Amino acid sequence: MTLLPAIRYRFMKDIGAPAAMRFAKMGKKRPARPPDPLFAPPLAATRRLKELISRHYFLSRYTRGAMPVAWVTSGAPVEILRPFGYYTLYPENHSALCGAQKVGGRMCAHAEEHGYSPDLCSYARIDLGHALTGNTPVGRLPRPDLLFASNNICQTVLYWYKILAARYGIPLILFDTPYRFADAEGGPDLEYMVGQMEAIIQQLEGISGRRFDREAFSRTIDLAKETSLLWGRVLATMKARPAPMTIFDAFAHMLPIVSLRGLESARGYYRLLLEELEERAERGVGAIREERKRLMWDNIAIWPRMREHANLFASHGMAFVTATYTNAWAETTPLLDPGRPLESLAKAYSCVILNHHLEHRLKLMERLIREYRVDGLVIHSARSCKPYSVGQYDIKRLLLERLSIPSVVIEADIADERAYAEEQTRTRLEAFFEALEEE
Amino acid sequence: MHYAAGIDVGSLSTEAVILDSEARIVGESILETGFHSTRAAEKAFEAALAHAGLPAEAIETAVATGYGRISVPFAAKRITEISCHALGAWRLFPDTGTVIDIGGQDSKVIQVGTEGRVLDFTMNDKCAAGTGRFLDVMAAKLEVPLEDLGRLSLEARGEATISSVCTVFAESEVVSLVARNHPREEIIRGIHRSIVHRVVSMVRVVGVQGQVTMTGGVALNQGVVALLSEELGRPVRVPAEPRTVGAFGAALHALKGGA
Ligand code: SF4
Repeated sequence: MTLLPAIRYRFMKDIGAPAAMRFAKMGKKRPARPPDPLFAPPLAATRRLKELISRHYFLSRYTRGAMPVAWVTSGAPVEILRPFGYYTLYPENHSALCGAQKVGGRMCAHAEEHGYSPDLCSYARIDLGHALTGNTPVGRLPRPDLLFASNNICQTVLYWYKILAARYGIPLILFDTPYRFADAEGGPDLEYMVGQMEAIIQQLEGISGRRFDREAFSRTIDLAKETSLLWGRVLATMKARPAPMTIFDAFAHMLPIVSLRGLESARGYYRLLLEELEERAERGVGAIREERKRLMWDNIAIWPRMREHANLFASHGMAFVTATYTNAWAETTPLLDPGRPLESLAKAYSCVILNHHLEHRLKLMERLIREYRVDGLVIHSARSCKPYSVGQYDIKRLLLERLSIPSVVIEADIADERAYAEEQTRTRLEAFFEALEEE
Repeated sequence: MHYAAGIDVGSLSTEAVILDSEARIVGESILETGFHSTRAAEKAFEAALAHAGLPAEAIETAVATGYGRISVPFAAKRITEISCHALGAWRLFPDTGTVIDIGGQDSKVIQVGTEGRVLDFTMNDKCAAGTGRFLDVMAAKLEVPLEDLGRLSLEARGEATISSVCTVFAESEVVSLVARNHPREEIIRGIHRSIVHRVVSMVRVVGVQGQVTMTGGVALNQGVVALLSEELGRPVRVPAEPRTVGAFGAALHALKGGA
């Protein structure tokens, strides 16, 4: 770490960023709005969340020379990077933000102009579009010094990150997780993954010129685990009827658990959010004013349509109370064990839903349906995400057979707003609501 | 006597049906939607009223359905065409378990339960193949009136193969078949086979149960109906006027008190 950039980063962190956040808030004070007919008043924590996100991207611009930057996939065991002091950014998260701001299509088009297929995942296309043009609604992301990817979510990230590595001429660290065809514990797969972890540590020591601090690592694991447990409790508040938040809220509030895992700020945030939600649940305040039916969501969010969908569902009294997607960050990270850090890390990251056979996913869904008292399932068949979307028709059929849970499939995309048919999707959803209401 | 109306504003055509309190059809109409769906709904409603010889005031409740359902200001309620086709088909044939509706711009397969309730459904709304639009394009290319396609296809002795599932590519296949002087009837039959294959794969998604009823404009094409029942291995029934089943279902909903 060179001195001057380090001092500048510290200054921005302690004084500059808070000042900028205050400045951004100034003049934005809106007059008190009349109560929304569909929703309860917004969660107070949301403001803190916005600050956290803006601050995270804002500060990233002052990292040059002060600290190394790593771009990481959502499923990579980021905890291993933390002791080396990397500033971590998540291209997937950035792509989702672009999607939510409805500029995903434009960024995808940049990638397509360079020959990338429109069938490629839109997270990848947006990121490559950004890498090729430097355009992004959050201002330029800092150039990475290191890439860290795991194929526990898909194979796409592998090739996507190889392209980035070639483009930036930087090292790429890959963590390979054998697909789990069965539920068997331990065995050669676990040894293979732990072996990789050891090698990754050596590699990181070589790249950074620093020794791996095992104690700091254990503390990180501890922190990540606690944060995941908190996130799990945040989600569990939706078991209450009416649910104090919906999955649309959870989609927004998942950023810290995905992108700031293993950092104090994420844990602090979820303590705050949990407190508010528990208090709401106790007072019987529902996120939507009239909760008639409770639904489950399968697959990643349709980021460009969040607001419209939240309104549509709320206006029909349909509350999303659980999702396989938000649950993914509460499902396996509690397996983390500071006493057996590497082994538990390998387990937690290879057991994720997308790296697991379909029956596992079904069992998980059955459990969520029972625990959250779900009446129906909305299946997002996402054009981008093949590993998530494959098998959904079987899931649909089997859940109907086993639990008499009706479901509807909507075809859309996670971040490319061009792959969406407004009227058609609305018709499918409304027909589904009509059928549910008749039950 | 009180009356109820159902109006189905589709992307190509708009239908209106008027029922008396015994759920008997006393008036109906079918018009082109054009570019103004509110006006189309009003016109279809007026035409159905004229057909029934009733003033507008006689109608107690109107329910709108179809893609244009939101632009029918005089409707007490809006219900999706999925629920309406299910209820309409069930009312016409109470043993209906599966509804196949092929309209101009989309197609759907609905699994129907007791009292015409929707159990499950699937839709093709992204692609012209498997919809009436596919037949429109092909009829134009072959210079055959749309209504003659069914009869001609039944007259065919053989069948041409159309392998592309894409309307645009299938069109060029047809062009080259024409260029090779392939008999027109056989090309038409091949075209019908292609659309039926698309629909059957949708049927497999929800599964066939009970009797099959086909609704929507394409049901008027006996060629498609014949191939469909051949592929499904069971009879496919068609109501006397398959195009107004959605409006009929909407009117039935209206009769139930707009519920
Ligand atoms: S959305 Fe799916 S395909 Fe895209 S990066 Fe994530 S897991 Fe991979």
